Amino acid sequence: MDYNATQSGFRQQPNMRQRNSSMEGPDGSQLFEDTSGAGPRTQSGYRNQQTEPQQAGFAGQSLLSDPMSNLAMAYGSSLASQGKEMVDKNLDRFIPISKLKYYFAVDTVYVGKKLGLLVFPYMHNNWEVSYQQDTPVAPRFDVNAPDLYIPAMSFITYVLVAGVALGTQNRFSPELLGVQASSALVWLIMEVLAVLLSLYLVTVNTDLTTIDLLAFSGYKYVGMIVGLVAGLLFGRPAYYLSLLWCCAAIFVFTIRTLRLKLLSEAAAEGKLVRGTRNQLRMYLTMSIAAAQPIFMYWLTYHLIR
Amino acid sequence: MAFTLYSLIQAAILCVNAVAVLHEERFLSKIGWGVDQSVGGFGDEPGVKVQLMNLVRSVRTVMRVPLIAVNSVCIVLLLLFG
Repeated sequence: MDYNATQSGFRQQPNMRQRNSSMEGPDGSQLFEDTSGAGPRTQSGYRNQQTEPQQAGFAGQSLLSDPMSNLAMAYGSSLASQGKEMVDKNLDRFIPISKLKYYFAVDTVYVGKKLGLLVFPYMHNNWEVSYQQDTPVAPRFDVNAPDLYIPAMSFITYVLVAGVALGTQNRFSPELLGVQASSALVWLIMEVLAVLLSLYLVTVNTDLTTIDLLAFSGYKYVGMIVGLVAGLLFGRPAYYLSLLWCCAAIFVFTIRTLRLKLLSEAAAEGKLVRGTRNQLRMYLTMSIAAAQPIFMYWLTYHLIR
Repeated sequence: MAFTLYSLIQAAILCVNAVAVLHEERFLSKIGWGVDQSVGGFGDEPGVKVQLMNLVRSVRTVMRVPLIAVNSVCIVLLLLFG
């Protein structure tokens, strides 16, 4: 009820209707508690000012037809649009917005199939990302393409499930949600930086972008959520079992996805190619894949007691 | 386990400082990591060690001046706010 007074003058009639209804039931049958300081006194203050906003509303309409204020409004709106343009241009330099849009072009079928792949990747045969004239196809059309929708959603869900898990152990407080979120975010950033550093050191010529790596590192949150929910519902043995299953699944998923991107053509098809570079690349793929279960366990074991 | 973004920034500053302090002729050449030892063969076989040496050298070159500013800011903030 407090913010009725601050609404714009264009909606005078519904405002006054609301104020009337709130004042007509002061003897107990109000829908919401009026928590604004001294109740009845401020309401009578509103009653006196009821006629005044009406007059101000009429005066405001004549104010708008004044040519000076027309000019002022036009200037203000052009300034606002200039500011918006500048912000958009500068923001686009740091965060490539148009590239980000590609990663969120998903639909329900894709999300369903991808979640199924993350939990059971053993039956899938064709892991290649299909291209369309040299640009990768949007995730909506290709289940192998990386996206950022699932990692973002599962990160937020992980923070919420962690809150629930802490709540069942009477360890919850609202600051802990922020602590969990920033912890997980820091680990994610460190993992992406470590992968980037190792990719640089091994001089792999790949078309994996940073956002791709962020997406692949974010896929493990799905397994973590499954493990946490199983642990909350059925106890510790269920937590360990489901975590084991999801760890194995993420391991296989990561290896099969990264194999095509990091290794050379021949090695990716399964033939044993000798040479230190291919060995290094193979070790790199294995270590990236092995880091996922470690992180999955590290970020969830303290939530299940 | 309670990591914050601030601790990540602190760790990053410390690591970059550590890399920037490695002296070229007093230390790196002595252990065989100097720039004169990094001119290997041509072709696409740089190897991990050469890449690492190049990384150290470029971090030192790029981050010398910004590190002065960042360290000063950090020192002032730590003195004021503990």
